[in-house]
Amino acid sequence: MTARCVRSVSGSLQLLLRNRWPKVYGAATCSQKHTYTPPPAQYGGRHTVTLIPGDGIGPELANHVRELFRFCCVPVDFEVVNVDSTMASEDDINNAIMAIRRNGVALKGNLETNHNLPPSYKSRNNLLRTTLDLYANVMHCQSLPGVRTRHRNIDIMIIRENTEGEYSSLEHENVPGVVECLKIITRTKSLRIADYAFRTAREKGRTRVTAVHKANIMKLGDGLFLECCKEVASGYPEITFDSMIVDNTTMQLVSRPQQFDVMVMPNLYGNVVSNVCAGLVGGPGLVPGANYGEDYAVFETGTRNTGKSIANTNTANPTAMLLASCLLLDHLKLHAYANMIRRAILSTVTETRLHTADLGGQGSTSEVVQSIMKAVESTGPRTLSL
Amino acid sequence: MGSPAAEPQHGGENRQKNHLVFGSCSRYLQLWHGDDQRQRNSDVRVVGVVQRNQMRSQFTVPTVEPAAQNQLTLGGAVRRPALSSASFSRGMQTVTLIPGDGIGPEISTAVMKIFEAAKAPIRWEERNVTAIKGPGGRWMIPPDAKESMDRSKIGLKGPLKTPIAAGHPSMNLLLRKTFDLYANVRPCVSIEGYKTPYTDVNLVTIRENTEGEYSGIEHVIVDGVVQSIKLITENASRRIAEYAFEYARNNQRSSVTAVHKANIMRMSDGLFLRKCREVAENYKDVKFTEMYLDTVCLNMVQDPTQFDVLVMPNLYGDILSDLCAGLIGGLGVTPSGNIGANGVAIFESVHGTAPDIAGLDLANPTALLLSAVMMLRHMGLHDYGNKIQTACFDTIRDKKVLTKDLGGNSKCSEFTADICRRVQDLD
Repeated sequence: MTARCVRSVSGSLQLLLRNRWPKVYGAATCSQKHTYTPPPAQYGGRHTVTLIPGDGIGPELANHVRELFRFCCVPVDFEVVNVDSTMASEDDINNAIMAIRRNGVALKGNLETNHNLPPSYKSRNNLLRTTLDLYANVMHCQSLPGVRTRHRNIDIMIIRENTEGEYSSLEHENVPGVVECLKIITRTKSLRIADYAFRTAREKGRTRVTAVHKANIMKLGDGLFLECCKEVASGYPEITFDSMIVDNTTMQLVSRPQQFDVMVMPNLYGNVVSNVCAGLVGGPGLVPGANYGEDYAVFETGTRNTGKSIANTNTANPTAMLLASCLLLDHLKLHAYANMIRRAILSTVTETRLHTADLGGQGSTSEVVQSIMKAVESTGPRTLSL
Repeated sequence: MGSPAAEPQHGGENRQKNHLVFGSCSRYLQLWHGDDQRQRNSDVRVVGVVQRNQMRSQFTVPTVEPAAQNQLTLGGAVRRPALSSASFSRGMQTVTLIPGDGIGPEISTAVMKIFEAAKAPIRWEERNVTAIKGPGGRWMIPPDAKESMDRSKIGLKGPLKTPIAAGHPSMNLLLRKTFDLYANVRPCVSIEGYKTPYTDVNLVTIRENTEGEYSGIEHVIVDGVVQSIKLITENASRRIAEYAFEYARNNQRSSVTAVHKANIMRMSDGLFLRKCREVAENYKDVKFTEMYLDTVCLNMVQDPTQFDVLVMPNLYGDILSDLCAGLIGGLGVTPSGNIGANGVAIFESVHGTAPDIAGLDLANPTALLLSAVMMLRHMGLHDYGNKIQTACFDTIRDKKVLTKDLGGNSKCSEFTADICRRVQDLD
């Protein structure tokens, strides 16, 4: 019985099945678990992917992705689900979640959360991540040639726990004027994310994993996280494991970021570190992000910005979203298309003339996309006419 | 008050109603504010604490002395209320000096030497802080140190080592609790002559120092599930916001930015934000903005010049203040000040004790020196502060006598002597 089968049966039966075949994580069992994943389903030779445009610059970037895919004849159809983040009811996001369950894969723009609304209005993005149990957020920050930054030769992979930690949204006010917010760290999820990190490091041939924590202050919580990482590390002897406190990590990142290889951390530190790294390699317009779960995968920009202030001005940088769509194609095992589009994107980014405002240039989004399409056309495979 | 000698009673319906979380909140507040209020009734205990918090130090500000025109101010905080102006007469002012461990004593000596060369009207009172067990089994700092601080109200502290498994909390935490040091101020200004990839950094991080994620309240719910509690209170948030705006006003800063994550932590950071907004109403001359933590991090590493004063709760403050320290060159050159209730202020160097180079005359006294300059500005002695700061920056810019961590290979004493010489030349 696969996890997906278990998920589709009714609640009480689920409980029964889960108790009979409990998921056990640990150094010994983890490396043996994920040996086989079935290929993604194709109907009529084409994949269906859920597309959530989101707010701000989301819709225009989603259109560019569709335009590019149509141009390159990529066998992917998008099922568009619009989520209205201003509505109080959660129907929209539940429809989106259902669509993702149906298709297994999604490409998503960021949904804005108005933080002046009462706590009953939960963050839609967070809801999506926790409901689908997308436990690993992976962001690969690499220095790109042609983008001028203060630091060179950065190549950091950030793996962030995506579902628990500080983002549990459990808050209460027992006494007026005193608010408590709970941060939850569990052994299961920490082992799971640590195992994901080490497995990924092994697959990609990385040699060092650094756990980021604050266990000197939060001795039990982050202490548990660190302990789980150490336990998993013992099962991967070829990979060096070390740990660093989060404030020291940020200091090291701005002075010598080249020392980091793979970093694994709980939710909030992941937020800080991934944004710092994205800033170091050139900004939010360049880095794609991926959220992986047991059965689902959702791709988005790495730093999850809505870009409200530049919406509909044709100045947004489409690189992050387009690279995210390449990650999507890789996930669907359409590697040829993924590599073709990625090569075209990277060759466009090196051209300074076409840099958008966030990179210090004056190019427009449509110019960048046109240039990418031209680059794809020139590499040879059959495409639609420009 | 209940009898202090009695054991805490765990019976009663009141207790049963208090589920785990609330009980821990009360316990935290008890630990924080001392067990002299050992009420059995938890509600009254909490209210008692809230009342105590009302006793904030006055923020009424008399005329502000303008900072030097061509110098970037490295501090200068709230002006003193009129009643303690007696200690700021033209005569010598007493400062409690806590040398610390490791390289602490040598850098403290260096600072004292430089102050002597500058003829600053400071009388140093050296005190040691090692944790001792007071009556009632509570760990506390030695009473003579406490008495000295209470008298002089200003302290300068070197690095203190935190022994692991010593049974007592860290010394820094003890000091923080004893004097209710609620604000940690770190001005981060790029040092000309010490090259980092970031030039033109000029911002101040003001971090709430008493609560937030560092309350230390953690429980194991079931085996394998740990809950850590982040505490945000109205009073602490209002206090830090008021301090931030006062600081901005007194130091001619144009804007204050509140850093938060209220999209996820709606209630806690939402409360913090609301208090900041309320306080901003009373300071219309200072611009107030709010920004998400991740956006601040993203923009900080791309363009730190867009930030001015940042105010935030404990954890974000810890991360961001270290991030900003990294921008200007690390903890070895970053000053820091802790402001407490009742007018107490302790300025410190935030680097470690560096036991490997202790006693070898290799230490870099810049961090402690710049913190001392911050202290001079806080006390209103801007001329001396500017003089010493100029001398220090000139020495670093000259690059002739630099300690090892700044890229040279001179000794600490040579570095100090150079600064002393420049200070005397500036006279």
